[in-house]
Amino acid sequence: MGRKVLTDKIHIPGIETIEVYKNNGGYETLKKALKQMTPSEITEEVKKSGLRGRGGAGFPTGMKWSFLENTSVGPRYLVCNADESEPGTFKDRFLIEKIPHLLIEGLIISSFALGAESTFVYVRGEFKTQIGILSKAIREAYASGFLGKNILGTGFSLDIYVHSGAGAYICGEETALLESLEGKRGNPRLKPPFPAVKGLYDRPTVVNNVETLAAVVPIIALGGEEYAKIGVGKSTGTKLISACGNINNPGVYEIELGLSVDTFLNSNEYCGGLKNGKNLKAIVPGGSSVPILPGNLILKTANGDDRLMSYESLSDGGFVSGSMLGSGGFIVYDEDACIVRNTWNFSRFYHHESCGQCSPCREGTGWMEKVLHRIEYGHGTSKDVDLLVSIAKRIEGNTICPLGDAAAWPVASAIRHFRHEFEFHIENPEIVKNIKHHSPEKYKVAVS
Amino acid sequence: MSSNIIDHKLFKIEGRAAQFSAETLEKVKSIIARYPQGRQKSALLPVLHIAQEELGGYLSVDVMNYVASILSIQPIEVYEVATFYTQYYLDKVGKYVIEVCRTGPCAICGGEDITDYLSAKLNIKDGETTPDGVFTLRTVECLGACGYAPVMQINTEFYEFLTKEKIDTIIDDLRLKANTDKPKESKWVEKF
Amino acid sequence: MLQVTIDNHTIEVPEGTTILQAARMIGGSIVPPAMCYFSKLKGTGGKCRTCLVRVAKSSEKDARPMPKLVASCSTPVQHGMVVENTTSQEVLDTRKSIVEFLLINHPLDCPVCDQAGECDLQNLSYEHGLENTRYEEGRREFPQVDIGENIKLHMNRCILCYRCVYAVNQLTNGRVHGVLYRGDASEISTFIQNSIDNEFSGNVIDVCPVGALTDRTFRFRSRVWFTKPMDAHRDCKTCSGKAVVWMTGNDISRVTARKDQFNEVEEFICNECRFDHKNTTDWVIEGPRKIDKTSVISANHYEKIKQAAIINPVKKIIEKQAEK
Repeated sequence: MGRKVLTDKIHIPGIETIEVYKNNGGYETLKKALKQMTPSEITEEVKKSGLRGRGGAGFPTGMKWSFLENTSVGPRYLVCNADESEPGTFKDRFLIEKIPHLLIEGLIISSFALGAESTFVYVRGEFKTQIGILSKAIREAYASGFLGKNILGTGFSLDIYVHSGAGAYICGEETALLESLEGKRGNPRLKPPFPAVKGLYDRPTVVNNVETLAAVVPIIALGGEEYAKIGVGKSTGTKLISACGNINNPGVYEIELGLSVDTFLNSNEYCGGLKNGKNLKAIVPGGSSVPILPGNLILKTANGDDRLMSYESLSDGGFVSGSMLGSGGFIVYDEDACIVRNTWNFSRFYHHESCGQCSPCREGTGWMEKVLHRIEYGHGTSKDVDLLVSIAKRIEGNTICPLGDAAAWPVASAIRHFRHEFEFHIENPEIVKNIKHHSPEKYKVAVS
Repeated sequence: MSSNIIDHKLFKIEGRAAQFSAETLEKVKSIIARYPQGRQKSALLPVLHIAQEELGGYLSVDVMNYVASILSIQPIEVYEVATFYTQYYLDKVGKYVIEVCRTGPCAICGGEDITDYLSAKLNIKDGETTPDGVFTLRTVECLGACGYAPVMQINTEFYEFLTKEKIDTIIDDLRLKANTDKPKESKWVEKF
Repeated sequence: MLQVTIDNHTIEVPEGTTILQAARMIGGSIVPPAMCYFSKLKGTGGKCRTCLVRVAKSSEKDARPMPKLVASCSTPVQHGMVVENTTSQEVLDTRKSIVEFLLINHPLDCPVCDQAGECDLQNLSYEHGLENTRYEEGRREFPQVDIGENIKLHMNRCILCYRCVYAVNQLTNGRVHGVLYRGDASEISTFIQNSIDNEFSGNVIDVCPVGALTDRTFRFRSRVWFTKPMDAHRDCKTCSGKAVVWMTGNDISRVTARKDQFNEVEEFICNECRFDHKNTTDWVIEGPRKIDKTSVISANHYEKIKQAAIINPVKKIIEKQAEK
């Protein structure tokens, strides 16, 4: 049993209400932070904890916060990124729904540390239910004196507002999110300037993921050093992994970073192995944009070491034989899944979600989707696979924001590890034309 | 696959009066007040959600112009935003908008079969509305509920672990409900 | 002052200068092309990615190269920075890629496009493009729209540089057009049938790098290389009245703003000067204007293009023009 610091109380009935949350030690950490600590002491603990951004990029949170120091007087903002929309990821939704006060407590402590007096939570528009749950919890926190003017008599005042998105993956990118929060199209901004200097309303701003801000509560409760003892190496603490695909127990699991992929996949405590006794074909370990890895490379690194659920181990081997922890969206594919179809599917997603601002992403994502569609439906030609590799390479690194990379990596990695499936489609148009969707028949025909 | 030829429409001002109820307008004003002075445009996304739900189910030009006037911004600023985000509908939709996830994790768990089944059952294609105006079927990208795949949302209520049998029950229930004029269980205006 | 080296040319520039601005100060062939950046319009740039360059050394303090290519139009110079544009094969290859992306949905209808001959995209493709396309799919198609009586919107040709949106935002009150939808379905539009009516709205034609926004009063009247550009001015209450009149014989075919060597407007002109004064008596003609940055009007190096049969008639015209 690994240690749990975020979800240890979620099984308590009624924990989503402030009463039950308080009766179980809730908001005690807030009192400690506001009454016994200074903002810089809190930042120091977050630095010591080694906490890295849980939204996908893995940037050290304490360092991000410290960029905000020494800036001019005037308002500064904390914005919570709850625009969870990376395919395979549904952990923030889970956290907000099950234990909204943990997030609110984390938000108040973090706002205090950053000197923010207005904090916005940007929740994707599809999570209407969760928006309602969070708004209700915020109203409860106001009623209990944890929000509003002069919180707990400390002189610190804070308002937290829930803001809704309306269906755009790109708004998960922090500067697109800020644009959207300002009531505009979700076009990512050019950087520099970074949000720490010029963010929301041109003011210094920190944007953090839901899980990151929730983790501030156990970090302050335990102390940064104690928190850093959880996990492995530079991957400190726990991580929420949302597991989905062809497994027995899909759902959200809090793991200690450093758990082996094998255990996570096969133990009944977690994914419980593959459904219907099927064999493993591939795993996308960190949300749709990270490279897909075939079964052998996800369980062991190219050097034969056990692959662990950590930032370092999952990226061991770089783009040749590794992937990334990303947002923790763990998607499992069994032997029946068609990698070509899945790659086309992801490609369609990025095409659909590109904001269209910069040319490589606007034009390249659509082009890749069209070529992949052609291959999947039996109209591909022998040069198409190399064409895809070339387009992906031309998008990667050349765009305003990381969506270009996110669109390129799944295509490049699928071809790197499953080129034979693409070639099978191109060489057997009659077979692929006649078989719908993901289907075991496609490759059974190939074998016989 | 998306079509190469983009269906170009010039939307028309219908001249239908758009006006929030006094109660909703109060709420809208309180939302606007959350943002700093001069930054009232920030309220655009939440206000559009409310407007769509309360003023006809979709964002007609009149509704968008009304929202622009409330926020003291140019109508084009509303059009730019309304066309960017997929949750805003620019055309009439059915009473129940069924949005089925079509992205990878749902697809490998049978999401595509669910779409096909719904399409056959309702006898409409992706993007169409049933002739009686009750159902609109749309496929959408990831709904962020991959562990409960396949999923769909109907007017932002989620339905998870879908099977053909579940679909039958859900659709039959809604058909019955469509005839009663019960207000929606979950309104945007109550969520903020 | 900050010292920056671009393709082995070193220059001192004030703080806040971008790499592209520094390159323009040096001038010549090392200047990266820019399709969306427009120095006179605040906030433009960063979108087209044609001006990407390699920063081989970040600054005097930090000798590391930047991890990715950067948009020179929006990256500020730091002291001691070393930049590679034409001296980096990576940059040149990437630029080819960007041109390819910009062209896959472009109709390549130069033979019927009023912008031909003074089109930034045409110049860019000529200098950095591929001879063949690898794109086999259909291209985006939009109907043509009149936005007002003087401006034609030909969305098929648009490369979504957003310049016209910034122009209207900064030159007029009450923008009525913008970018709608998203991704590769994005389009410049008014959404509803609306006309851009403002005394400075005609400048969107001059800032458009392609033939997406063209002058209806000049539409199909003449190819630009048949007309003679003359500097001219008139007494105007609204703008400076300094313009270029494009003459066919003794008639004025069209009026535009004066543009510099980077094809940027020197001074924005009003619609009255642009659309309503086509009589030579309305203008004081100063003399012929030298056009620096245009492919067809002043250049005569089209022989590299292989489809000579198609290009030949144009080539002859260019040569004739050059002889004059």
